[in-house]
Amino acid sequence: MSLSAKPLALHLGLIAVLFAAQFMLPSYHATNVSRIMVLSVFAMGYNIAFGYTGLLSLGHALFFAAGMYGMGLPIWTLGWAPVPALIAGLVAGGALAGLVGLLALRTAGVSFMIVTLMFAQAGYLTLLYLNTHTGGDEGFVVDSAARMIAGFDLSTDTPRYMAALILFAIAMLICLWLVRSPFGRVMVAMRENEERSRMLGYNPFRVKLTALVISGLYAGMAGAAYGMLFGYVGATFATIQYSILPMLYVLLGGAGTVIGPFLGALLMFYLIDIASGYTTAYLFVVGAALVVLVLFAPKGILGTIRERGLKWLP
Amino acid sequence: MMLKVEGLSAGYGNITILRDLSFQAQAGEVTCIMGRNGAGKSTLMKAIMGLVPASAGTITLNGKAVQSLPAHKVPMEGIAYVPQGRRLFGPLTVAENIEVGLLARKKGAKTRDFVLDLFPRLRERLDQVSSTLSGGEQQMLAIARALCLEPQVLLLDEPTEGLQPSMIQLIRDTVLSLRKTGMATVLVEQRVDAVLKMSDRVCFMAHGRVEAEVATGDLGPQSSLFRQFVGV
Repeated sequence: MSLSAKPLALHLGLIAVLFAAQFMLPSYHATNVSRIMVLSVFAMGYNIAFGYTGLLSLGHALFFAAGMYGMGLPIWTLGWAPVPALIAGLVAGGALAGLVGLLALRTAGVSFMIVTLMFAQAGYLTLLYLNTHTGGDEGFVVDSAARMIAGFDLSTDTPRYMAALILFAIAMLICLWLVRSPFGRVMVAMRENEERSRMLGYNPFRVKLTALVISGLYAGMAGAAYGMLFGYVGATFATIQYSILPMLYVLLGGAGTVIGPFLGALLMFYLIDIASGYTTAYLFVVGAALVVLVLFAPKGILGTIRERGLKWLP
Repeated sequence: MMLKVEGLSAGYGNITILRDLSFQAQAGEVTCIMGRNGAGKSTLMKAIMGLVPASAGTITLNGKAVQSLPAHKVPMEGIAYVPQGRRLFGPLTVAENIEVGLLARKKGAKTRDFVLDLFPRLRERLDQVSSTLSGGEQQMLAIARALCLEPQVLLLDEPTEGLQPSMIQLIRDTVLSLRKTGMATVLVEQRVDAVLKMSDRVCFMAHGRVEAEVATGDLGPQSSLFRQFVGV
């Protein structure tokens, strides 16, 4: 198998495994994996900004929530059909990322982190302040009648799993194509050495803004899909926790790897799920796991595997 | 005429490094910049590329002013820069580093073949991750990537620093072959033997100025200018 065929085979293999898993997993775990696949799309978007372009953002919850509310509000208030609502969520995430990027990308490093965090906090507080329109802290439920697409009821297990899988597969294959495209190389070049990239004629602001908008589109789509598949839209998803989660998924799975965000989301989700069954202090367990990760695999699981052998891993 | 710098002053914040500096680099010539540490050689390179803002003076390429352009537009005008320390995109392969260079000015297979013919060793290592190359190979790749822009002027900041003799010879041969293509090369170099073999003209810098500009043919290994401005 040629070097370029291996990554495609690996990613298609993962999609096949996830497809087969729905027939074997009990309902509880199938729902979990559906949730993990949607959160992985969010993390893939974060990975495009952070893992490939070097933009360490603390504001991605804003883009996730923008997608969620961009999908939910038109349904809740205007009675939109699900497909246009999902598209509205996608656009909302990308547009907000573009707006935030226009301002935040005038800074770099720690300043960029703080500015994006401030935007996300402002977004969260705006959702609470406009509670008559957004449902405030309680949020709102997406009516199950509005969760029917082409005759499939997305509130039931199998259609929900399949919808999550289709979204995940499309997002992952686009991500694979993107990072292997010329623009993907330029993103990595920008991450590795911005000044050198500029000396080759690249405009760092434009490259980083494009990457952030793509990242926002992923986050927005994930937010819209999460609201649609699990039937709830709430301000909780705009809190800082939802900016940190995709970062942890990416760091655990391997920043700058296409499958890393999924692996990180899968492990982190089940680590929290299992640990919370034993103790209310489950975040200590998560913290310990992260300490172990930093000590023994600072590049994340797949980053370490790539470093130690699988050089072709994208 | 190719690159012309006139009355250039530039520095970092309130600290002025270059003071009323003037020099020219002609097409098909290698112009060496020599001077002690702190003379402003690397700052001059950065100022030409727009990385250090000019507070006075002009920098023109074929008569077109470039000193007020944003830094990322200077390479598009035809000036390429290989900084000290090479600075490759480490995780990318040799082929990918070259691809990034080609994409910037939308150059294609012809340019790629030109740079790989210039450095056959890189052709053998296209799939190798660039951070694993030897120092000399990394320097070759840094120069190759800059040449992907098909520049009219190539700025090289101490390209032979820290390299083994065989690699130094290879870099020298490359500079000389580029001269034949009509490219203007500005080379920061500290080795007297290299300067005498490669350059057509030497600019001696001190205190942020070009204090003396001499045709290389008028210099010998024992020239007092080397002692005065470089200390060798």
